[in-house]
Amino acid sequence: MAFANTLYNTFFRRNSIFVPTIFAGAFAFGIGFDTGVTAFFDHWNKGKQWKDIRHKYVEAAEEE
Amino acid sequence: MLARQLSAGALRKGPALSFRQKNAFAFPRALAVRNASTASSSAFESFLNSRITLASVTLFTAGSVAWYTHLYGSLPFLSEVHASHASDEGLHPPDYPWPQKGLFDTFDHASIRRGYQVYREVCAACHSLDRIAWRNLVGVSHTADEARAMAEEVEYQDGPNDEGEMFMRPGKLADYMPGPYPNEEAARAGNAGALPPDLSLMTQARHGGANYVFALITGYVDPPAGVEVREGMNYNPFFPGGAIGMARVLFDGLVEYEDGTPATTSQMAKDVVTFLHWAAEPELDERKKNGIKAVILFSTLTLLSLYVKRFKWTPIKNRKILYDPPVDKKH
Repeated sequence: MAFANTLYNTFFRRNSIFVPTIFAGAFAFGIGFDTGVTAFFDHWNKGKQWKDIRHKYVEAAEEE
Repeated sequence: MLARQLSAGALRKGPALSFRQKNAFAFPRALAVRNASTASSSAFESFLNSRITLASVTLFTAGSVAWYTHLYGSLPFLSEVHASHASDEGLHPPDYPWPQKGLFDTFDHASIRRGYQVYREVCAACHSLDRIAWRNLVGVSHTADEARAMAEEVEYQDGPNDEGEMFMRPGKLADYMPGPYPNEEAARAGNAGALPPDLSLMTQARHGGANYVFALITGYVDPPAGVEVREGMNYNPFFPGGAIGMARVLFDGLVEYEDGTPATTSQMAKDVVTFLHWAAEPELDERKKNGIKAVILFSTLTLLSLYVKRFKWTPIKNRKILYDPPVDKKH
């Protein structure tokens, strides 16, 4: 109950805080979700993507 | 709670109902019980057994068959003999295990790089790739320096300059891949009247996609007995009609891969088809990532809405309405 009260008093009491909280939360969730999905995708496709094989060709170019 | 009461009621009612049904066939009118809980089911029974229902269903069936016959010119469910053979439509390609096939899988980019080499050294002699620019290769199969160096090997017409004349300059990253022929007429003239199609969207433009292209370029065989192929044409069972203007071009050891992969026919075919698949669908990675996100979000929202529905409906579904009869004052 104390937690609920704190939550209410902190975020829900004033609309001027409630709305920015939602916007900031959506922004943070968007970035975090995208990072998570991309991390999973990179892990799943390990060794297949360009960033995994790029080093072979960049070093070869520098040696020339 | 409600479900249990319902099922118990159904069990209790079960035998009585079947008994009534048996009699209903013999004396439909006489035994029709005017009872609120059974009126609808006996009405349904008599609707199912009526002659009008039989007649209308028969009419509907006959009408459907007639309509189908009129629309497609043949009776349904009856096979016919045709002068053409199914092989004239081209064999269906097998389903190959591409590295990019799965729900979460992206292209094998080393394969794209080798495939570009095969395209450049073999396919580009006849086929254009005019929707792909040099810059598209950067970050996919080549570094920016490599792509720039490759572009500079090609001369592009540019201009006009200060004197109003067109001039030639080395290519830039923003230039598109040069085609082998200046126009379609030249392409046809150089290939006995057959136009080599542009390969930019080839895996999207044919049924079977990448499987079809791979099966086609590895599927050249001698024509079977009885099949005549005209002069200058080649037999390929995967090509609709069987006769294709393009000859088999991929043979073992045709190119030399820089990463040491043995250049067998199927390896080169796989690499070049992977390259063409990327060329046709460069957005594949983004599409699959968006798909993962959509499935996660929508399934979460579905579960949430199901929970909210149950939460809201629980008191309504579990309530019990009691009838409290008025106290009988006096008779």
